[in-house]
Amino acid sequence: MLFDPRHAKSHSVGLTLNGLVFRAGGRPLLDGLTAQMSAHAKTVVLGPNGAGKSLTLRAIQGLIDCDEGEVAFLRGETAAAPISALHKREGGVGIVFQKPVLFRRTVRANLIHALKAAGIDRSERDMRATILLRMAGLEPIAERSARVLSGGEQQKLSIVRALAASPSVLLLDEPTASLDPRATHDIENLIVKARSEGVKIVLVTHDLGQAKRLADEVLFIHQGRATELTVAADFFAKPRSPEARAYLDGELLL
Amino acid sequence: MQDFGAAFGTAFSLVLSGDPELLAIVGLSLYVTLTAVLIACLIGLPMGAALAVTRFPGRGVVVAFVNALMGLPPVVVGLLVYMMLSNAGPLGPLKLLYTPTAMIIAQAVLVTPIVVALTCQLIGDLDSEYRDQMRAMRLSFRETVATLLWDARLALPVVVLAGLGRAIAEVGAVMIVGGNIAHVTRVMTTTIALETSKGNLALALGLGIVLIGIAVIINLAAQTLRASAARAAYA
Repeated sequence: MLFDPRHAKSHSVGLTLNGLVFRAGGRPLLDGLTAQMSAHAKTVVLGPNGAGKSLTLRAIQGLIDCDEGEVAFLRGETAAAPISALHKREGGVGIVFQKPVLFRRTVRANLIHALKAAGIDRSERDMRATILLRMAGLEPIAERSARVLSGGEQQKLSIVRALAASPSVLLLDEPTASLDPRATHDIENLIVKARSEGVKIVLVTHDLGQAKRLADEVLFIHQGRATELTVAADFFAKPRSPEARAYLDGELLL
Repeated sequence: MQDFGAAFGTAFSLVLSGDPELLAIVGLSLYVTLTAVLIACLIGLPMGAALAVTRFPGRGVVVAFVNALMGLPPVVVGLLVYMMLSNAGPLGPLKLLYTPTAMIIAQAVLVTPIVVALTCQLIGDLDSEYRDQMRAMRLSFRETVATLLWDARLALPVVVLAGLGRAIAEVGAVMIVGGNIAHVTRVMTTTIALETSKGNLALALGLGIVLIGIAVIINLAAQTLRASAARAAYA
């Protein structure tokens, strides 16, 4: 059991990005980005540096306010609702940054803090923290300061901390960048495990091997626009957009 | 020069013999200063943290104003508190003038801006590191402030010690509101000023030695704390 059974997901959450525009310094960094991410897929976001991938995650999480457009979510047969309705405590949207931001406390205390912030009852926090620690293989170092962990351990902690609130959606921004193959493997297992619990996964990566291993569908972003959103096998076999073809061929995209 | 050496000798013997008068003065100094710093921290730590994470129009002016208050002249603070507590002042009926409580109030007024400004700086740095993560976790304002204060717990003692250093060494404010009354409001700094003017250098020097000793202990404590924090990698 990963999450509180009372919050088990009966329906996974799909995401609709509708004409997102975000400008900085007069330049559109997101330029009318529109996409419908399936509820039952691990969506991998690909694109060159500066395409707007991380910004898209931040827009979904509500960390930036877009100048135009909206993010909505769908659960089951219900009508789409603004993502802000999902930005609550339990069952909300979790995010894992490329560089983990861990609090200056022990591994366990980081999880307890997240569980408390998610409104989990005090009596349950220890038990749920132990489950999350076990899931990430961090139990033996639970009492160590989070900031002395290796990069891989820090990122694993960061992921289970994001899962502590039993989110409906988990956004991951290059979570395995600069990690060794073993840590990458462990983190990919955590992502697959979270998906098996019904969590909608949106993963930004530059690692095409990882994208092939994890993706059910691929969203390709170029210059702030979604150029295609395709089933993963089709994307890698025959990308539709010239930008995605050039990207997969290793050509530089500016 | 001979007098100077003799004064030092007498001062050390006073300190080492545990002279009751000297001990009483040191005790009152510590009581006044520690209480004032405690009050300043209870007000200043949350206020500094709140100022660090809040964004509002004119915030820059407020921060600049608080920073400027760090350099408040103690005599001015003493004068203002005196006016508040004197019979004609709004707090006159409380009859606090020339009591240790008045001295505590004056030192708390002096130290609070220091605690607010330094906490704001420290927490501001931490906030810029944590901001996105805390927003992603949907922490409330209260939870955000509590998280930052807790995670800065090993750096904040330096703020407290800065306030302590300022309070224990100041003379102007406590002189004005305390009146330097023997056995009532006489503390180390006011005694040093008085005894020096009377030519009684031994007691003044003895108190000076204690004062410097306290300053050294405070700084050693800060240094040890920072070193152990760095070792535990919590910093």
